[in-house]
Amino acid sequence: MHRRSLLAGAAALGLAAPASIRAQGTGRTTIEFWYGLSGALGERVAEQVKRFNDSQQRFTVNASFKGSYIDTMTGAIAAWRAGNPPHIAQVFEVGTATMMAAGPAIRPVHQLLGEAGVELDPKRYLAGVRGYYSDTQGRLISMPHNSSSAIMWLNLDAFEKAGLSTTDLPRTWRQVRAAAERIKAANATPAAITTTWPTWVMMEQMASMHDIPFATRANGFEGMNAELQLASPFFQKHMDFLLQLQKDGLFRYGGRDNAADPLFPAGEAAISFNSSGLRARVEREAKFKWVSVPLPFHDDVIQQPKNGVIGGASLWVLSARNRPAEEYRGVAEFFRFISDVDQDLWWHKVTGYVPLTTAAADKGRAEGYYQQNPGADAAIRQLSRAEPTPNSMGFRLGGFVEIRNVIQEELEKALQGQQNAVQALEAANRRGNVVLRNFERANRA
Amino acid sequence: MERKVVFRGKALPLALLAPQLLITIVFFFWPAGQAVWFSFLRQDAFGIRSTFVGLENFTDLFADPLYLETIRNTVVFSTGVTVIALATALLLAVLADRQIRGSGAYRTLLIWPYAIAPAVAAVLWIFLFHPQIGLVGRALNGAGIPWDYKLNGNQAMLMVILASAWKQVSYNFIFFLAGLQSIPKSVLEAAAIDGARPAYRFWTITFPLLSPTTFFLLVVNLVYAFFDTFGVIDALTKGGPAKATETLIYRAYVDGRVNLDIGLSSAQSVVLMLVVIALTAIQFRFIERRVHY
Repeated sequence: MHRRSLLAGAAALGLAAPASIRAQGTGRTTIEFWYGLSGALGERVAEQVKRFNDSQQRFTVNASFKGSYIDTMTGAIAAWRAGNPPHIAQVFEVGTATMMAAGPAIRPVHQLLGEAGVELDPKRYLAGVRGYYSDTQGRLISMPHNSSSAIMWLNLDAFEKAGLSTTDLPRTWRQVRAAAERIKAANATPAAITTTWPTWVMMEQMASMHDIPFATRANGFEGMNAELQLASPFFQKHMDFLLQLQKDGLFRYGGRDNAADPLFPAGEAAISFNSSGLRARVEREAKFKWVSVPLPFHDDVIQQPKNGVIGGASLWVLSARNRPAEEYRGVAEFFRFISDVDQDLWWHKVTGYVPLTTAAADKGRAEGYYQQNPGADAAIRQLSRAEPTPNSMGFRLGGFVEIRNVIQEELEKALQGQQNAVQALEAANRRGNVVLRNFERANRA
Repeated sequence: MERKVVFRGKALPLALLAPQLLITIVFFFWPAGQAVWFSFLRQDAFGIRSTFVGLENFTDLFADPLYLETIRNTVVFSTGVTVIALATALLLAVLADRQIRGSGAYRTLLIWPYAIAPAVAAVLWIFLFHPQIGLVGRALNGAGIPWDYKLNGNQAMLMVILASAWKQVSYNFIFFLAGLQSIPKSVLEAAAIDGARPAYRFWTITFPLLSPTTFFLLVVNLVYAFFDTFGVIDALTKGGPAKATETLIYRAYVDGRVNLDIGLSSAQSVVLMLVVIALTAIQFRFIERRVHY
């Protein structure tokens, strides 16, 4: 029995080997692409790659799902250390500073394109997207791929039940609070407000929109010696506001990262803050009328909010010894393909991510896509409504994954009632700065 | 008369040992040695720049009040898991060992959870205990008991302990059941004839005779709680809320794999290695003496 299955296994291997050789025999150059999107979004990535492979004869992009964003990034780093990295690795936005500091391990996109003779004007990408992945001279370091922004999701059935207008929707935090009070009074949903990605939404987006520094040195864009500025009056004000919401029973903490994702589509919370990438899931699961709108702001701090920041991931080109120019060329061609207007618009529509290029956004608008799908452009409007300031360009902080967790931990302690807003922010600031200094030391040594 | 079998020459015994030695070296000594070496370095994520920093990673570690808190969590967690898993398994084994109809089915069902992967087990627990979408979680909140392990540290700790212990109960159950079945019936019957009641018989005969099994399981369960509970914690709480359920192994994972600080994470692995060596040594030296074989 055992021997038979071993034999069968050996036979299967024997059959598989020539098949892979055949694939190489067609003269196509293979490009390895590791990505970290699961479920429906992962299928879209596979489809995007298939479209590229079908569009030409010269290259085959081989896309492999490598687990979560963190798994993909650490896997790619480990593979580089072992001398056998993929050509392209998808890395989430908080890993940007770590990748940028990697020097010889990565090949900046502008250099890649230049060497391959492929022209892609960085100006074609949305400003908010481009800025996050460019160096100080405005040259693209990594390739924009899937960018989202945090937006506000509203359960319109609950609004109706609470006697709230379903057309004149809340725009400021004051109005959000007023709406939540009505929702609670009418018991329209078990919880009034919840949020996903607590740090990204409540700290990073708020800093950007209110033009408040998150860290010195233009949030780290100007150098690794940046220091966090979390204990500032604005963050105190906002965290006090959140804690008060919780105290009054209007806010329900749903956990770290995207742990609270199910609460909105399940009808558990009437107001939620999620990535625009949640759209496909809400469309599939929500059994009520809903809409997505830009994030609220404090109108006593700013009248015309600045742009929000992106989330999501970009594509990094990894270097390897003896990697032939033809393979880099293939990577460049793939990048050109996904930056094409039609491909980009397709990607935007099937994923809920924002379009990468302004041309695709314009085309979507001209087609009337946003009239048919109201709110699908909330993230685009939020990202492009103002010229980015040094406080709203994005973040380039080493160890940002850890800093986010530090902030989440201290926020949780505050929500538990163990400390107040000032203590939470000061602790987060102190611990976060230790992370920054460690990163600086490790990358300067 | 004693007969010793001795190989002539050294080539054959070495050749016979080679596969095992090779596996030990490649899969244990090499990575362990690397961990020790990395614990003296500071390097960036890619390992492009690395500096020898001596014991700085260790001093950083023990100067961190949060690490000390993690040690405390680990003690609470491991004790909780071990006590609950052993006690429950013993109780179930004693019950399943009796003459009851369908004991085979009971036993099979009790062994089942062991076959479930930690992450899957954790998902099952989420479906039960999630405060908003979980069956039990909703019931608790509905009954006026504020249940929210996402924000309440003690409840989170309780939940990861229960989930981890639940998985280990099956394993312990098998061993306890086997141990119970190997206790000679004649001893128990003699005691019964002498008028010893069941509880008395259990504590004076069964329990001491089970002690080799209990001792073995104690070691295995502690090591399990220290090292194998990562999956449950990661899937259920990710060490939170705040840092309420962060154990030593979870922290080593976070620092190494999420935060990409290889030096600090290696230092923690070395600390863990020493803890387990010490723990095992103490157990074998002191506790084993009181064990009846």
